[in-house]
Amino acid sequence: MELNDLYRDVILDHNRRPRNFGGLEPADASVEGFNPMCGDRLTVRLKLEDDRISDIRFEGQGCAISTASASLMTEAVKGRTRVEALQLFDRVHELLTDDAAPPADELGKLAALSGVREYPARVKCASLCWHTLASALRSTEPHSLPAVSTE
Amino acid sequence: MSNIAVADRNLTFDVNAVRRQFPVLARLIRGRPLAYLDNGASAQRPAAVIEAVDDYERHHHANIHRGVHTLSQEATALYESSRDRLVEFINARSRHEVIFVRGTTEAINLVAQSYARPILKPGDEILITHLEHHANIVPWQMVCEQTGAKLVVAPIDSSGDVHVEAVVSLMSPRTRLLACAHVSNALGTVLPIRRLIAAAKARGIVTLIDGAQAVSHLHVDVQELDCDFYAFSSHKMYGPTGVGILYGRERLLECMPPWQGGGEMILAVTFAKTTYNSLPNKFEAGTPNISGGIGLGAAVDFLLGMDRDAAHAHETALLEHATKALGKIPGLRIVGTAKEKASLVSFTVDGVHPHDLGTILDEDGVAVRTGHHCAMPVMDFFKLPATARASFAFYNTFEEIDRLAAGVERARKLFV
Repeated sequence: MELNDLYRDVILDHNRRPRNFGGLEPADASVEGFNPMCGDRLTVRLKLEDDRISDIRFEGQGCAISTASASLMTEAVKGRTRVEALQLFDRVHELLTDDAAPPADELGKLAALSGVREYPARVKCASLCWHTLASALRSTEPHSLPAVSTE
Repeated sequence: MSNIAVADRNLTFDVNAVRRQFPVLARLIRGRPLAYLDNGASAQRPAAVIEAVDDYERHHHANIHRGVHTLSQEATALYESSRDRLVEFINARSRHEVIFVRGTTEAINLVAQSYARPILKPGDEILITHLEHHANIVPWQMVCEQTGAKLVVAPIDSSGDVHVEAVVSLMSPRTRLLACAHVSNALGTVLPIRRLIAAAKARGIVTLIDGAQAVSHLHVDVQELDCDFYAFSSHKMYGPTGVGILYGRERLLECMPPWQGGGEMILAVTFAKTTYNSLPNKFEAGTPNISGGIGLGAAVDFLLGMDRDAAHAHETALLEHATKALGKIPGLRIVGTAKEKASLVSFTVDGVHPHDLGTILDEDGVAVRTGHHCAMPVMDFFKLPATARASFAFYNTFEEIDRLAAGVERARKLFV
């Protein structure tokens, strides 16, 4: 495993120039995610229209993996329904943790995160934004769970 | 200065001979020699410690202080002789003052619950500093919650130094205890504890020193320091994990109630009344970490058997070399520049998150700590989420530090 496989150009690019970065007012859901192990912190805000994510933005501070993962996530879920977004989370989770995960064409640019699974200590960096998104989506349901942590 | 230190090292300190005594230092990580620069988190063990634990496990294991059979007597003798060596190591007055615990964290919790909690009244104060490890913050917060006492925090300056006057000015008639680090784990600052202890003592304030980061670097003499409690962990001084020491002044320990009940800490039990055992066993409920205690004794032998002044001079030279080599890197900021520092360097690099840096350095076999170092208030003070920290032991080399600096350059090129 080479570092270049972890820090692929897509990751470096999204770390340098994170997409959909910043606040979103007004938002239908806003949830802060926190990784106490490394101090990474990010807030995901989103708008829903007819159960579809019509807009999503994030802000916070984190390592390159966490920032790029959040940036890629916002691009990938915009326009998807709540259920589709959560299904995508499952696929990303497999990609990050399961060596036997089949190559996932439908993941598109998110596939750039596959190098992370060789670095178990970094899986939480890549998944923090997704846990936060899942929590944000659930918070728009009747039984809401406001805070999320990867510890 | 650095040249003199290096010359001294060549005369009296053979780093390669020392390295050969630490088996793990021969390891390759991803095909590169291990450069272990995370000694502040946990130091490696010399063969002497590994063999002492192995010998105990193979030939002498039984429960201690229990049986009349041969193994139990041998295990007891080995364990208790470790205590004797620790008495010598910190120059305690007697073995009554050396309590085996799980580590520094448990030692501080013991003092918080057994010494502080019974005497604290609402409005009483516990004084700590801004650079403490969570283990020297949270136990006091808990006891404050239980008693209505108040936690008072003495400031640090922008270099990470603690000024005696700033601490003394916060000592009040309500201050019951001063608890502070000997050496900061996040910044490397060596605190002026002699003067702090003297000032506290003059005001009748009891003192606890968190020595977790100090015992591996500095000569610690509890009688000379004149502190009331001194806490440290085995695994940061080349011994096994899961064992540590609380030194306490006998007069205070005598008055303190046991903090855990069970076997070992009792003399006689009926359902009406229990008679507690005498020191140090009063505070050692349950079967302890016997092999760990024996390994810690071997670590003390190892340290006392080496030229510690020469080892210290080598560590100082490592710190100077690292400060220089890292200081040359553009965008690198050293966090913690106190006048007196132990051999560790905390730093940030513009455009490179510490976590990414840690992964990239590991690719070169260089192990450093990244994160908040269990000292979040320190990170908040410097307005940083995290730093990278290289912490050195006497077995580290100048070449390893050069590899660290090269790895940092490599990370910069990738991200900036």
